[in-house]
Amino acid sequence: MTSDHHHHPAEPAPVERRVAALEQLLTDRGLVPPGFVDAINRAYEQDIGPRNGAKVVARAWVDPEYRQRLLTDSTAAIAELGYGGHEGDHMQVVENTADVHNVVVCTLCSCYPWPVLGLPPAWYKDPPYRARMVREPRALLAEMGCDVQDDVEIAVWDSSAEQRYLVLPQRPPGTDGLSEQELAELVTRDAMIGVARL
Amino acid sequence: MERVHDLGGRAGFGAVEVEADEPVFHDPWERTARALVFAAMGNHPNPTTSAFRHAIERMDPEHYLTSSYYEHWLTAAASLAVESGAVEPEELEQRAGGPFPLARPPAEPQVEGTGAQRFAVGDRVRVVATPHPGHSRCPDYVRGRIGTVVRVDDSFSLPDIEAHSLRRVVEGTYGVRFTARELWDDADGRAAVHADLWDSYLEPA
Repeated sequence: MTSDHHHHPAEPAPVERRVAALEQLLTDRGLVPPGFVDAINRAYEQDIGPRNGAKVVARAWVDPEYRQRLLTDSTAAIAELGYGGHEGDHMQVVENTADVHNVVVCTLCSCYPWPVLGLPPAWYKDPPYRARMVREPRALLAEMGCDVQDDVEIAVWDSSAEQRYLVLPQRPPGTDGLSEQELAELVTRDAMIGVARL
Repeated sequence: MERVHDLGGRAGFGAVEVEADEPVFHDPWERTARALVFAAMGNHPNPTTSAFRHAIERMDPEHYLTSSYYEHWLTAAASLAVESGAVEPEELEQRAGGPFPLARPPAEPQVEGTGAQRFAVGDRVRVVATPHPGHSRCPDYVRGRIGTVVRVDDSFSLPDIEAHSLRRVVEGTYGVRFTARELWDDADGRAAVHADLWDSYLEPA
């Protein structure tokens, strides 16, 4: 222990030791069966991530009828590609146009559309993004390398209830000859959150 | 500081720090902590996302702001495990070899809910100005402000009640659009902020 007088009198035990303590006690009580930690997390480490959302976006770019369904009933249209479930049961896809740029935030916690984007990056969950994106979206987007022209409206979506949002980015110019699969490879996680343009 | 988690519009935060090629988990303990929330919920009488969120919101504010996302999950998991009687705080600290901060006790629910869907697309609505103790999904930055309903979504259980008890009041939820200038006088004139709000949070404007 240091004698630094700024230290709190009760510095918490190291977080790894607190996790191990709770894991052991809950295991003793039969609440963490063998394989439980893997079962909870494996899908998000191996299968579920932004590539899912990228396929939805690419399909919308090449298939106008799919795009229309996606904007009308996002949850059903995303389910057509096999994606849905926890944190994706009630989806809203918001479309970027020449006049409107959309960006998604959760100011209260870190709600995020897991089935199409996976688990959120740390910056999405940290206080600066959550505090500032509703207050000064254009400035923060510029700081993050996403310049939105002054004549383009910014629409911020705060995921404060049950809907989860996915941004449909504009299809980049000069991509007419690309296949749906090639287009999907152009689509980034950040573009689907709305903090980047393609 | 009340409602420390309710960060929308709060001043004083700096740059957003983006980590290139960020892994899903930075350390094995994060992966375990995430699973322990689901494990603790397995023994909890009210295993709802609302109760989980409220456990995080009941963290000591300084601890909340100085700890990472998965430390929030750990603290919520441990608090819910203690409150459901699965573990004792003393055994947590003994095993951890030092202090194990937990969330503060929950407040009593203070709302009745409307149980209604009173609004339609295009309606102008004002967000109820005064917050109440306990859990709510109404962000402070829209309180007292006037917006326009842009979507009527499905009805859902009101979190303000669900987080605290086994009672359920199902009511309408809405997407509500606020001009940025309605929220802040000096805001961008070409920006709008949408929040998703339960019927109880709104009154006719």
